Amino acid sequence: MLKNHLFANAASSFAPKFDDIFFVLTALSVFFTVLVLSLIVIFAIRYRVASTIDRGKPITHNTKLEFTIIGFLSVVGLGVFFWSAKPYATIYGAPPANAQKIYVIGKQWMWEIQHPDGIRENDALHLPLGRPVQLILISQDVVHSFFVPAFKVKRDVVPGMYTSVWFVPTKIGRFRLFCAQYCGAFHSQMTGWVTVMKPKDFAAWEAAGGSFSEGGHETSMVQTGKALFNKYGCVSCHGVSTGMAPSLSNLYMSKVHLTNGSTAIADDAYIREAILNPTAHVPVGYQPIMPVFKDELNEGQVLDLIAYIKSLSATGLPQSPANGASNSSGTGLKAKGKTR
Amino acid sequence: MSVTQMENTTPEPHPRKTYLNEGNTIGSWLLTKDHKRIAIMFLISISLMFIVGGWAATMIRAELVEPQGHLMSHETYNKMFSMHGIVMIFFFLIPSIPAVLGNFMVPIMIGARDLAFPRLNLISWYLYIIGAGISLAAMLSGGVDTGWTFYTPYSSVYSNTHVTMTIVGIFIAGFSSIFTGINFIVTIHKMRAPGLTWFRLPLFVWAIYATSIIFLLGTPVIAITLALVVLERTLHLGIFNPAYGGDPILFQNLFWFYSHPAVYIMILPSMGVVSEIIPCFARKKIFGYNFIAFSSLAIALFGFLVWGHHMFVSGQSVYSGMIFSLLSFLIAVPSAVKVFNWTATMYKGRISFDAPMLYALGFIGLFTMGGLTGLYLASLTADVDLHDTYFVVAHFHYIMVGGAIMGFMGGMHFWWPKITGRMYPERWAKIAAVITFFGFNFTFFPQFILGYMGMPRRYHWYPPEFQTLNILSSIGAAVLAFGYIIPAIYFIWSLKKGPKAPQNPWRATGLEWEEVPSPPPTHNFARLPIVEREAYDYEWMDGRDDSLGAASVTGGKGDG
Repeated sequence: MLKNHLFANAASSFAPKFDDIFFVLTALSVFFTVLVLSLIVIFAIRYRVASTIDRGKPITHNTKLEFTIIGFLSVVGLGVFFWSAKPYATIYGAPPANAQKIYVIGKQWMWEIQHPDGIRENDALHLPLGRPVQLILISQDVVHSFFVPAFKVKRDVVPGMYTSVWFVPTKIGRFRLFCAQYCGAFHSQMTGWVTVMKPKDFAAWEAAGGSFSEGGHETSMVQTGKALFNKYGCVSCHGVSTGMAPSLSNLYMSKVHLTNGSTAIADDAYIREAILNPTAHVPVGYQPIMPVFKDELNEGQVLDLIAYIKSLSATGLPQSPANGASNSSGTGLKAKGKTR
Repeated sequence: MSVTQMENTTPEPHPRKTYLNEGNTIGSWLLTKDHKRIAIMFLISISLMFIVGGWAATMIRAELVEPQGHLMSHETYNKMFSMHGIVMIFFFLIPSIPAVLGNFMVPIMIGARDLAFPRLNLISWYLYIIGAGISLAAMLSGGVDTGWTFYTPYSSVYSNTHVTMTIVGIFIAGFSSIFTGINFIVTIHKMRAPGLTWFRLPLFVWAIYATSIIFLLGTPVIAITLALVVLERTLHLGIFNPAYGGDPILFQNLFWFYSHPAVYIMILPSMGVVSEIIPCFARKKIFGYNFIAFSSLAIALFGFLVWGHHMFVSGQSVYSGMIFSLLSFLIAVPSAVKVFNWTATMYKGRISFDAPMLYALGFIGLFTMGGLTGLYLASLTADVDLHDTYFVVAHFHYIMVGGAIMGFMGGMHFWWPKITGRMYPERWAKIAAVITFFGFNFTFFPQFILGYMGMPRRYHWYPPEFQTLNILSSIGAAVLAFGYIIPAIYFIWSLKKGPKAPQNPWRATGLEWEEVPSPPPTHNFARLPIVEREAYDYEWMDGRDDSLGAASVTGGKGDG
């Protein structure tokens, strides 16, 4: 009863697990604090200097008792450890196959959200109730942290590295979004709102091109990526059988042999690096002729290009303009472990 | 601990020479090699730094009364909490007990006439002063806004403030810690009085020894890490910034490899102080001496294996997170063992409640709460939500203020008669101890709730729903301030006006009370003592005819 009342605001699949652990830790803390404080108060009164109570047979050590306490506390600690390890490993691990991937870019001092279908939002995130969502996060500049207290979910947003977290929104409403990692002057204003809607309302919102957001409807990430691909002339080398650069169809999640002797799996992180710093990722049989794009493209554009390159993969579903290939169930499974 | 003199002491000349009146020139202080004078110089220096850090805290709490505070700009607020953290951690808490009470007491407690390397000890103070001066100059000439954590690439690339100068100051002060650590380790190994075996040492000495290990092993890592930040900032070497080919998570690993053990630098010495105070005011041998001694070493060593619990949400691998979480739960055990042993010491004691005891009991209460709330942050799932919120702020203030500073204040009151030869006013001291305890809880308990509600730390402006608890916290901080201002006044007052302290006002055991007058002579011991008893032998002490020792200024003789 008490518990339900205290934690009535849980708004994600992860929040009840947090609440359980928080409740038990609080119970343990109250128990041990009360135990220690009452022993101190009882001893302080019983054995105050003015008291004439019997002080015979004082004890100065008790090895058995010490080891009993050490053992007991270790067992309690290990118990809480194991219990709390699993939900953590779950949300930072691979999402369910039907999870919607949404991309989050942190930059001083705003949040940019990219939905695969092209809807973009700033400092706002709209989600449908009850559908698993995986956030893929990266920073354009310094370390930020994506924090929604109502979901009990937090994930650092790190430059140069994709991180991820997934959960299911379980409550309709508007919830605060904070940046939790200090990031400079306007850190405390790097905030926004997460809106969880009924699936029907969300579909309407999506169809209207995210009209509740500022960004308005844009082309899907795959299409935007394709446009960038054409704009930068990538096709002149990466086109079919030019011989100058590897073809990009079937690249995604394939094994790549590099001229430096190493092999890599062409996951999101690899493709990002290969676009931004190509000279460090030259496949065997090719010359290091690709221009460096790290000062040319922002993280959002890189995500668009990766979405397009994924769509070229034959193992993926046929490319669909309305629905980026990246959220197909096939790639969802393959994505296992590629982000951390 | 018992002692016999090797010979009868000779009658004292009048007026008695002490370390305080032997040479009154500025030079006799600034060039002194006497560990006691160096301790006094450290005490004055860190007290000034405490005032700076406390002033910054006051400004922070004043600003947070309003959700959109307007006393200062965002930039100034960020500099303010950075200054608070940097000053309090690097220039107050870390040197506080080791460089002041440790410096003064460890040689006397082990029956030595000074530390092993007196000149190195003086150099430690100069390095501290130079380092503190440089960092302070950086903060006053425009400030630094990175927080005390200097997270990259913000600190190494993006911040436009005086990062380099601040770091240079911390880097230099780091050598002060290293030299102090070397000095203690060598002194404790090589200069113990005859008969003073390891397991007869006062537990304060064990705690300082464990702390010195961390000084020695940890400080070089933070020095190198911060030096790398400066190199990336000035030469654009790609170390931490991904745009240059670096790795920001690497910084966090290196930083916390030192900065987590640094928490134990702050708390272990306080644990040592409490281990001295409790048996004295319970008139009883400490319970479980060996367990307290070894738990200090265990904390010092295992403290190096838990740094990753600061990085559960950072993007480090889930498996690393699990290992660090597991070890973090286990490192709570030695601390819990200490709490159990202190409490058990009171059982069947003869307890009185002078100010040092009030501080020690306050320490146990606040440290217990600080330690238990640490378990929330060691728990992977709970930390995902609580990380970087006010819950963390409250937790580490319970450890560092409720724990470390309560211990420091307890030690200051306990040894003040020995250090200065004057008694502080007991009634005022008791009032101050109680004010500190309640003011502290009033300030920081609301922050646990704020953190649970989701208020992130280092927020200048915050949503209005957090205002009530912030106001409570700020009122508490005002109360807490009195808990520090009152002792500052009566300590200074007591230097001239306080009643003269007897040699052993607490009838405490230990060479500093049994063998050395208050204040001690420059070379501590006329004749080096021989130790024949274990530590905290209060049964013996209370059985002595002259156990009041109080009346005697020379004391410590004729106990057969």
